[in-house]
Amino acid sequence: MQDRPTIDELLEAVAGYLRDDVMVNTTGRTNFHGRVAMNAVEMLRREISTIEDHYAREWDGLDHLLGVEPMPPYLAAMRESLLARNRSLSTRIREGDADSGDFRHQVVNHLRKVIHDKLVVSNPALAAEG
Amino acid sequence: MDTATVEAGLRKFLHKNTGHDPAFAGLARLSGGAGRETWTFDAQLGDEKLEGIFRCDPVAGIESSAPRILEFHLLKAAMDAGAIVPEPLWDGDETFPVKFFVMRRVPGEALGGRLIRGEQYAHAREIIPTQLAQSLARIHRIDRAEHPEFEILPAPVEGASPARHEVENYERIFREVSPDPHPVFELAFRWLYQHLPNPPERVLVHGDYRLGNFLYGEDGLRGIIDWELAHWGDPMEDIGWLAVKSWRFGGDKPMAGIGDYEPFFADYEAAGGCPVDRDRVRFWELFGNLKWGVITITQAANYFFGRNKTVEMASIGRRTAETEWELLRLLEQAGI
Repeated sequence: MQDRPTIDELLEAVAGYLRDDVMVNTTGRTNFHGRVAMNAVEMLRREISTIEDHYAREWDGLDHLLGVEPMPPYLAAMRESLLARNRSLSTRIREGDADSGDFRHQVVNHLRKVIHDKLVVSNPALAAEG
Repeated sequence: MDTATVEAGLRKFLHKNTGHDPAFAGLARLSGGAGRETWTFDAQLGDEKLEGIFRCDPVAGIESSAPRILEFHLLKAAMDAGAIVPEPLWDGDETFPVKFFVMRRVPGEALGGRLIRGEQYAHAREIIPTQLAQSLARIHRIDRAEHPEFEILPAPVEGASPARHEVENYERIFREVSPDPHPVFELAFRWLYQHLPNPPERVLVHGDYRLGNFLYGEDGLRGIIDWELAHWGDPMEDIGWLAVKSWRFGGDKPMAGIGDYEPFFADYEAAGGCPVDRDRVRFWELFGNLKWGVITITQAANYFFGRNKTVEMASIGRRTAETEWELLRLLEQAGI
């Protein structure tokens, strides 16, 4: 285990540097990229604080749609497994299984939750709208 | 091209077309699109001061696209039809080894967010939606029979839906480029294939009619630019693309962020546009959001594959979710 600062505290320091030093003292391209970098760091802080909840929720939703599977114990393995399961879901949609009826309804509800979770990380203002 | 090459060629070209030996003040390349080079210049031509724009293909020896070859003629046809565009002055010749032309410079801004939020643009926001509707109607009325030179523009296969080629094209790009699955895009592609419109109209479509490609000032619209994607197709394509969420730049109305649907449709029809088919507009708006979603993936891929290792390119990959969110909303609205 690392000593403090925690991941979040260190990222907060990087974001603060980008906001209060880089952006204040630069113009043009460097200023613009400074802003983009600050936003990226803030996005990472939100992602790290929500990733376990969001992965678990997406996994549960896919269990409901595709059948129950045991959840991998590590985040890295979880990402790979989620990608594989989303490929399965994509195939089902391409084959017409979600064209209508109850399965479509469930797929859309699941995706609405999953995309909303993505926006909570990537665009919280938009997520707050709906 | 470097500044000296452009200046030397432009001097020769302007002399040939005006009889004057130009005195240049300020010749500079504008940043922006990777597609073409755009240079701004002031030139004293006898008693007249020309504020000009020089547009050229970046590389010699590569076959130019049809809309690029025709950009001068497209602007001229649009201007003759009464659309608000920069005035094209002279089409290029052999002076440069690349395709080029010269147009009059239109003063103004193009950044979407500044139109949406700038206090000085309150009046412009009021009138631009109507101006956009009128100009679009006039572009769509350009008579194909009077412009045989435009036959080289891309056109849908006779008898087939003008949308099929577009949807297939972006599906292919999505499957080639996206490293990860996107179930929302699968739902959207599926819906689009099931609702391909097949209208009888084949009009000149601008192809990238959206906030960002409009020069404006406090007095309103000043010039519609960037004709590189012009083609023959469904007039509703331009209307749907104008309504895509990303081109609202945070504005709370659907048309370019500043206009509502129905007034825009009424203005467009009143100016002689094609009858507005709301289902087809919705089809193209949905397609437009998907198209932009695929583009965000391709831009982020520039980072993954090392072609553009900037934090800006990388971050665009995290904007895909915004298009997925909008697609879910539109699919739901379309009645799923």
